[in-house]
Formats: sequence, structure tokens, C-alpha cells
Amino acid sequence: MSITIEPTVRVETRRQPIPPRERLEPIFEVEGLDAIYGAKAAIKDVSMEVYKNLVTAIIGPSGCGKSTYIRCFNRMNDLIPTFRQTGTIRYHGQDICASNIDPVAVRRNIGMVFQRPNPFPKSIYDNVAWGCRVLGMKEDLDARVERALTQAALWDEVKDRLKASGLSLSGGQQQRLCIARAIAVEPDVVLMDEPASALDPIATQAIEQLMHQLKSQYTFVIVTHNMQQAARVADMTAFFSISQGGEGERYGELIEYDATEKIFTAPSDKRTEDYVTGRFG
Amino acid sequence: MSAADISTEPTRRPFTGRRVRFGDVSLQLVAGAAALGVTVLVGLIVWKIVDGSRLAIVKNGWAFLIRVAWNPVPGRELYGAASFLFGTVLTSFGALLIAAPLSIGVALFLTELAPRVIQGPVTALVETLAAVPSVLIGLWGIYVLGPVLRTSIESWLHTVFGFIPLFGDPSAAGASIFTAIIVLTIMILPIVSSISRELFREVPSELKEGALALGTTRWEMVRGVIFPYARGGIAAALILGLSRAMGEAIAVTQVVGGSPTIQWNLFSTGDTLASKIAAAYQGAVTSLQLSSLIYLGLVLLVFSLLANLVAQWIVRRVARKHGVTRGGHV
Ligand SMILES: Nc1ncnc2c1ncn2[C@@H]1O[C@H](COP(=O)(O)OP(=O)(O)O)[C@@H](O)[C@H]1O
Ligand SMILES: [Mg+2]
Repeated sequence: MSITIEPTVRVETRRQPIPPRERLEPIFEVEGLDAIYGAKAAIKDVSMEVYKNLVTAIIGPSGCGKSTYIRCFNRMNDLIPTFRQTGTIRYHGQDICASNIDPVAVRRNIGMVFQRPNPFPKSIYDNVAWGCRVLGMKEDLDARVERALTQAALWDEVKDRLKASGLSLSGGQQQRLCIARAIAVEPDVVLMDEPASALDPIATQAIEQLMHQLKSQYTFVIVTHNMQQAARVADMTAFFSISQGGEGERYGELIEYDATEKIFTAPSDKRTEDYVTGRFG
Repeated sequence: MSAADISTEPTRRPFTGRRVRFGDVSLQLVAGAAALGVTVLVGLIVWKIVDGSRLAIVKNGWAFLIRVAWNPVPGRELYGAASFLFGTVLTSFGALLIAAPLSIGVALFLTELAPRVIQGPVTALVETLAAVPSVLIGLWGIYVLGPVLRTSIESWLHTVFGFIPLFGDPSAAGASIFTAIIVLTIMILPIVSSISRELFREVPSELKEGALALGTTRWEMVRGVIFPYARGGIAAALILGLSRAMGEAIAVTQVVGGSPTIQWNLFSTGDTLASKIAAAYQGAVTSLQLSSLIYLGLVLLVFSLLANLVAQWIVRRVARKHGVTRGGHV
């Protein structure tokens, strides 16, 4: 690479090097995905693979379709009446976009943490236990709740007040409670849509640490508009941007997808370079 | 005003010295007057009712409450509230029992399940039902509903559940406690369902998505998230429905058959406090009869108040237990 760019983001070295591509096991294979609201395409022609036990970050400017995209992975967009999508997302080889696929079954394997902490108006314990109970994981429920809360780095803070309302926690604690709730039902993948955008730096750090610790068990896909965060937590990074089509149409597009290191230090697309160096917009 | 008049200095008012603001004062006066007016009005009504029933109270005392009688023949006059109280309880709670699941079901259907295209029309239909004057529902009850119930539902219930005293021989002409229950159900269904609908709509979509993202079904989400969130409000809506059912006079008079008896058979005729007052007030001849009717009104008033208090207590307990009240978190 002849160009030298001054990254605004220092890439942390704590991250393990990614194994060579041929050793990576794809968990999602996205092919030609278009996501459309009514008549307006939010993202067009996205193709990429998400690898097992890695943290994959999705970055890009606001409105480029990051949320729309990540919600395709667990069929969350099904809840929006005007939404439709074309293309395929294969999960362990099976097309989860197909009409004969039960979205409920998909979501059992692919959990999600949302931008705004959304604990249920139940006790801390029940916030975690409810999903387990409903999904029939009733054995050793106490142990399961404790394990999930411990994994979410929240146990020590709440172990003495499990009966208190989940809403009595601080924002950062609420978000960790939501993570505990998501991992208590033992998903395969955890999707996170800007999980730290409403949190202070310390809570953010707690969540990032927890992803580091849990990625041997789960596969994380995280949307973030914070590039430092992507650089810190992600093994792979996908950069989305807004492209102009004919007739003033604007849609999100996958510009570049590569190892995080590469995206932040030696991107191959000019738009990625502009974005990661802060020259965007 | 020229540019020079506009000062860039922020005007600072002194913090000390309370200023009398006209708006605040007049608002306080209007609100105070309204509150006082309502209190006086309620007081007057209660006083009038107690005063009007004095003769009957003196004559009958507490025995009035447990006596089953309504004999206005001069010289042999004997009055009691028991059968009407019984009828009021049976019809209002019966109606509530049927209306509660139905209206919650309708509300759920409209907010969570129904496709967009039919949401609008069905909602409008339910709202229209709320607007139908009760006397028309009573009329329909007597000409259409009563006969249909008698020939189909009542006889079917009797054959299948005849061993339960409530489901005795079908009514002779269609007028019965049962018909009154159904008419009342129809009247409270729109209230309860439209309040429930609003409550369900208020449940933040983030909570619903949070539940569904765990891989729960829609129904599991409804049970685990929507119901607990709306529970307190639904209970309040049910109380409103119950009050409505207890106080409804005309439509019940039209279909209940008007007999001052206590019978467990739902298909027999009966009467309620409100319905008796509406039906007999015009024709009351003796002062004792008139006074006894007002005494019935007093019983209805006290009973409704009691039922409301108990119900509110339940609502508060439910709300506290789950840390949620209508529209927000405690
Ligand atoms: N429910 C929706 N209905 C219609 N358009 C939507 C909806 N949600 C998002 N969009 C549109 O899709 C585009 C991408 O939005 P989103 O996925 O939220 O972007 P991001 O998360 O990257 O900010 C935006 O133009 C937005 O207006
Ligand atoms: Mg977003």
C-alpha cells in the first residue's frame, strides 16, 4: 500500500489475530440482500459472510441501513408491515428468509440486544428467567439466571436485590440486564444494535469487555456508529454507506468488508478511508 | 420596536418577592369553585336520597335489605330490596364475567393480530356499538335477542349444564335475568374493549420486540409483557364496566321480566335495583312506595360505592405488585 492514512482510530492490539480465512466457519452467508420499506430500498445488494465466534462490527453513517440490516438476521423486520426483502441469508446453510421458515424458531437461535435498554417491567430475576421459562428451560433456573447475570458482568451488583424491579437499575446496568436476558436462553448468535449508544464510557467498557469474554461461546454482530468501539471489539468490520441511485434515490450499500485492522489502517475503498479518517460528510 | 430596543442583556428577575400572577390566581379560583360545586352537588344528591327514603327507613329499618317483597297494594304494603339487590349482583357480575374475556380478546385482536385492512372497520364498529342508546339495545333485546336466546342458547345450556341450578328451565317468553346479562354484556363490551385497546397500544414496542427477540411467540409475548403492563388499567376499565352494568336501568327493565323474586335459575325473570326504580317510579301511588323506591336508590348508591372501593383497592394492589400503573412505571 502506497497511501498512508492517518487513522483517527488507534487499533488495539489486545485482539487475537484472526485465523486464516479458510479456517473460518461462516455462520451467515448473505447474498444479494435487498431490504425495502414500502417502495423505498433501505439497503441494496448486500453480500457478505459472518464468521462463527468472531465479533463482526457494522459501521457507517446514520441512515445507511445498519439497523435494518442487522434486523434481517433474526427476522425482526417481519414486525414492520411495509417491509419486504429479497435475496438470501443462509444461517448454517439454511435460508432463513424463506417463507416456510418460522421466525420464532430463528429468533430462538439468534438473540438481540437493542439500542435503548428495554428491560421488562418485572423483577431483575424475572427479566432473565422469563425467557427461559417460556422457552421451557426450567431446570436449575436459579443457576441459569446467576450464570447469565455473571456472564453479563452484572451479578455482583444485583445479587442482593434480585427481586427489585429491572427498571430500578441505571442505564448501563439495564443494558447488561438485557444482555443477560438474551444470553440466558443460550442463543447461537447475539445481535447488538448500538448497544452502548445510550451509555456512559464505563458502562460501555463493561459491555465491550463482556463481548471479549463471551465470544468463544457466541457469535456477535454489533452495529455501532462509534469507530473506536468497532476498532476495540470487532474482528471483522463491514462499512456501509449511503449511495445515490438514479432519480435521487438513496440507499445503503456495503462498501467494504474486511478484517478490522485492514479497514482502519489500509482500507481499499476511498469512501471507507474518508469515513474512518473522519473526513466523511 | 427597533433593533436598538432589543437588549442583549438577559433580563433577570429578582428571585425574592412573590409575584401575583393573574393566570395562576384565576385558575385556582375556577378549579376551587368547580371542586366545591361538585362536592356540594354530591352532598345534595345524597341528602335528597337519604331524606326521601326516611319514611321507608323508619318503617322497615335494616329488614328492608333482606326482605323479598314488593307489594304496593294499599293497606297490605310490604317492601324489601333483597330480590333487587340479588338481581343487580347477578346481572352485573354475570355481564362482567362474559364481557371481560370478550372485550380483552377484541382489544388484543385489534392491536396485535388483525391485519391492517380490517382493524379500522372493526374498531369503528365497536365504537358505534358504544354509541347506540341503551333503550334501543333493550328494544332489540326484547324483540330479537330474547326469543333467540330462549330457543337456542337457553335450551342448549339447560340440556348440557342442567345439573347446575343456574341453568334451569328456559324462560317462557325470552325475558329473563340471562337476557339482561347478555344485554349488559353488549353495553359494557365497547367501553372495556376500547380502553383495553388504548392500554395495549401504549405498551412500548421496544418491550414487545424485546420479548419476541428471545424467540417467544406472539401469544407468549402478550401474556408475558402486554398483559402485565396493562393489568392495572384493564382492572380499572372493568370497574367502569361494572359500574355501568349496575346502574343501567332502562335496557334491563325492558328485558328482565320485572319480578321481585330470588331464583337461581338464570332463565327465570327477575329484577334489579336500577330497573325497579325506573319501572315503578311513575306509577308510585302511596308515599311509602315512593319512599321505598328511593330507599332502593340509596341501597344502589351504597352498593355501587362499596363495589367501586373494593375494585379500586384490588387495582391498587395489582398495580403495586407489578410495579406498573397505567402509562408508566412506579
Ligand atoms: N420502519 C421503517 N419504515 C420506513 N422506513 C424506515 C423504517 N425504518 C428505517 N427506515 C428507513 O430506512 C433507512 C435506514 O434506516 P436504519 O436502518 O434505521 O439506518 P441506521 O440504523 O443505519 O441509522 C432510513 O432511510 C430510514 O428512514
Ligand atoms: Mg440504527
